[in-house]
Amino acid sequence: MGRRDGAVVPDAEFRSYYGRPILKKPVWKQPDVPLYLWLGGIAGTSAALAEGARLSDRPALERVARLAAAAGSGIGSIVLVHDLGRPERFLNMLRVFKVTSPLSVGSWLLAGFSTAASVSAASHETARLRPVGRLAGFAAATLGPPLATYTAVLLANTAVPAWHEAYRELPFLFAGSATAATGGLAMLAVPVAEAGPARRLAVAGVALDLAAEHRLESRLGMLAEPYQQQRPGRFLRAARGLNLAGAAGAVLGGRSRAVSSLSGLALLGGSLLTRFAVFQAGLASAEDPKYTVVPQRERMRARESQLA
Amino acid sequence: MSNRLSGPLDDVTGDAGYEAHPERMGFFTDTSVCIGCKACEVACKEWNFVPEDGLLLTGMSYDNTQQLDANSWRHVAFVEQTKPVQAPSPTVNTSASTDLGMPTVGLPGAQDPQAADNGDIGVRWLMSSDVCKHCTHAACLDVCPTGSLFRTEFGTVVVQQDICNGCGYCVPACPYGVIDQRKDDGRVFKCTMCYDRLGVGEQPACAKACPTESIQFGPLDELRERAQQRVERLHEQGIDEARLYGESPDDGVGGDGAFFLLLDEPEVYGMPPDPVVTTRDLAAMWRQAGAAALTLTVGVALSFVGRSR
Repeated sequence: MGRRDGAVVPDAEFRSYYGRPILKKPVWKQPDVPLYLWLGGIAGTSAALAEGARLSDRPALERVARLAAAAGSGIGSIVLVHDLGRPERFLNMLRVFKVTSPLSVGSWLLAGFSTAASVSAASHETARLRPVGRLAGFAAATLGPPLATYTAVLLANTAVPAWHEAYRELPFLFAGSATAATGGLAMLAVPVAEAGPARRLAVAGVALDLAAEHRLESRLGMLAEPYQQQRPGRFLRAARGLNLAGAAGAVLGGRSRAVSSLSGLALLGGSLLTRFAVFQAGLASAEDPKYTVVPQRERMRARESQLA
Repeated sequence: MSNRLSGPLDDVTGDAGYEAHPERMGFFTDTSVCIGCKACEVACKEWNFVPEDGLLLTGMSYDNTQQLDANSWRHVAFVEQTKPVQAPSPTVNTSASTDLGMPTVGLPGAQDPQAADNGDIGVRWLMSSDVCKHCTHAACLDVCPTGSLFRTEFGTVVVQQDICNGCGYCVPACPYGVIDQRKDDGRVFKCTMCYDRLGVGEQPACAKACPTESIQFGPLDELRERAQQRVERLHEQGIDEARLYGESPDDGVGGDGAFFLLLDEPEVYGMPPDPVVTTRDLAAMWRQAGAAALTLTVGVALSFVGRSR
């Protein structure tokens, strides 16, 4: 029952209903949702980066970061609306506010952030309404980091085994991935002379991403398999390579325009692959009843032995 | 807060904000008397105008419905098992019966169960009509961002179709894999426990149609008592594998509004052995996300410290 072809490790013993999945696979579409995870991460981190650039007087960095925050959240919103089964009803997202629904919290967060980031970018580009733009920029920088990490709760707050059980690490993985991608974008689009913070950010982001991913894979036991096998596994390995290459480029060749650009692209690609990998690992874990039954049986056994 | 997201909850309807409300209603599905007639599936489809969703033969026992989804709000599972049959089994009794010369069951070339020399090997069929559990702590309802899913005055969980925008969050949130999106419609659908019928004092269509009273409808407290008596009686009759599933308010979802008497482990019927409402861990999740956001902010700030460029 429930055997999968080509499994290297013998399947754990478990029973199922004709090998059928117990859970429903998320109906969220690809590339919509993984793309939004990536865009939201970049937008949120960029808004914070923009304020740093303003305070440290780096106009080129500030401009790129403000535009990235506005464009990232704008495109992200469109992608999310497109993912809805009834896109014309997207405003129903703002019908209520529920802390028990990360999607409700996220919708409000995204609506607020996107507005603030757009106002800030528009004001910065046109040099009009400076005080309003300043305030909007500050608001976006405040909402940005939560925007970059709430998406981890969005995934984890489901019954999908590989997402739910990873709820401790996913926010840090997403924070690291967002930071690395934002650093990468700035390295790509900002003159190297102003991109010092972006390079440091990229390296720190890669370090956090790798650490969180390592922790996730070592803590999750059997549920780490979906992150290591098949396509998600290949994506994560490729992402690791790109991230390490990007970080190395930032450290060693940050003063070279060409190396900076290539490293930036590598970091953006690494982050995008990471988002797709995490998304697809969740799908794989929902599709195989093994990942539902075996961990739950283990949990029951642990509880019983505690009582005994 | 903790009690409202997980654990036992005496008055789920009151907790949802109803001041005066009827008793919490539920289903007790006693699979030991299910004959697999699928009258529940048909009655449900007819009453609720649930569309046809593919006429195919799966080859999976007699189950061509396969699962609960947007277009199947009752699903009769058929489990065929080869195992020693205990004499007073309520489902099948091949060994003690007189040979009527009926065709035998089993794969071609397989050992004829009725020809087995020890006389007590047989095929047993487990049949179970699955349905939305109408959880005390319903993950679908918790995560719905539009307020489309709501708790009714009967303590059940229902989708308001004029509000649902098809975000699909409830689909992976359900620990039982019940609620699903109707592809050509975009919105999600599931059992309403015939909310319209309940409103006028009628029982749900499936319970009404069930010819063996395998599906019993009534106040949840009464059903729990009745189920307890039933499982005790089956144990007295030597059917030790009879067990209740989803009746305990101490389980991971605070108890189901629709619970079951099963004759094997829940996963054999396609149900999770230890379901937990995902929002039980939500506070911890938000804390982690907050800490990660803070880390990100500090990281950005620190990236501007140090070398001037």
